[in-house]
Amino acid sequence: MINKTVKNVQEALEGVQDGMTLMLGGFGLCGIPENSIKELLRRGVKDLTCISNNAGVDDFGIGLLLQKRQVKKMISSYVGENAEFERQLLSGELEVELIPQGTLAERIRAGGAGIPAFFTPAGYGTEVGEGKESREFNGKMYLMEAWLRADFAFVKAWKGDTAGNLIYKGTARNFNPMMATAGKITVVEVEELVPAGELDPNMIHTPGIFVQRIFQGEKYEKRIEQRTVRTA
Amino acid sequence: MALDKNQIAKRISKEVKNGMYVNLGIGIPTLVANYIPEGIEVVLQSENGLLGMGPFPTDDQVDADLINAGKQTITTLPGSSIFSSADSFGMIRGEHVDLTILGAMEVSENGDIANWKIPGKMVKGMGGAMDLVASAKNIIVAMQHTARDGSSKLLKECTLPITGVKCVKKIVTDLAVLEIVDGGFKLLERAPGVTVEDIKAATAGNLIVEGNIPEIEV
Repeated sequence: MINKTVKNVQEALEGVQDGMTLMLGGFGLCGIPENSIKELLRRGVKDLTCISNNAGVDDFGIGLLLQKRQVKKMISSYVGENAEFERQLLSGELEVELIPQGTLAERIRAGGAGIPAFFTPAGYGTEVGEGKESREFNGKMYLMEAWLRADFAFVKAWKGDTAGNLIYKGTARNFNPMMATAGKITVVEVEELVPAGELDPNMIHTPGIFVQRIFQGEKYEKRIEQRTVRTA
Repeated sequence: MALDKNQIAKRISKEVKNGMYVNLGIGIPTLVANYIPEGIEVVLQSENGLLGMGPFPTDDQVDADLINAGKQTITTLPGSSIFSSADSFGMIRGEHVDLTILGAMEVSENGDIANWKIPGKMVKGMGGAMDLVASAKNIIVAMQHTARDGSSKLLKECTLPITGVKCVKKIVTDLAVLEIVDGGFKLLERAPGVTVEDIKAATAGNLIVEGNIPEIEV
């Protein structure tokens, strides 16, 4: 079996350069590639275009890259939890493309699946549709949306094997499986890296063909944005 | 007397029928889950990738890898399933979700909704709202009838950037239950003690009143 493992996060991010387009998995702070984000910070690469559903919070996730002014453009669906983001956006320092969440997910899926464009009703008749081709199917109007692909896709999975097969846990799955398919180089960090053969092939969410580099992540903080509990 | 948030949620819960798959937005819509009557089985969809959303966890059940679309910690239920964001919006776009309940800043008399952006002020993004309103079979809006300055939020045309066109079916406000029909907002029920005249005064779009308008049971 082809071995996709790299020895650490430094080796995993070899080749990431200024001006690249990156995908980063996660919904809010759930399922984000914490180790890869820290390494992007350490490498100091800038002028990045980041495709990610959210932009982290001020002091965690992609928010850390924003604080260091490493991001030129964000492509996201919801960026509400980040004051520094809002400041940079309103002052014009940061470019932002806001995309309906389902359209974002499907554009990434399409990128990985080799489908250059598709039609969706989301955003028709709104400012999202301005300048886009629209067409009627069965009496309803749809917008044409193009695929998204990235130089690097950074994915977080729960378990992975040396062949690059991945299993996600809970709602930390979110955008990770599509992004894994849409990176020229897909870098995966996992909580538990096991030898090929230890994961049940029936349980694999992302097949290893989509993964170029996999490594054992460390020190997961897994910060919770809205800890909401009931009394027992 | 105008309804409070919980009373709006309780009224909306009566629209939820047995066997429905339902997506609840953030705010008042989330409260609807508290009022779904005994014996009514519904499955709540959270668009970040969960069907069968359970109650909030107890302290020792909290799992950072299990949140809802509002980023709150939640639990699963027997029969829950978890999937990617692409599958989640496939369910939504493919009209497999029966009912969407969401908040709004403005609704127009032809059913347009605005709830994602205030130019120059709020730039948070639309999240999944545009996908939901473009594809849901049935959309119920929970909102305040008027803004704090008393101006109507039920308009002839939305003034804010819209989220979707001609999609809202029903609206439950603090003052009334209304249905979008050809020609405007049809008044179905009024809050206890609130008169038809009060509602007319608070509605900038065309209000259609036919016959006797019953009070909302609270």
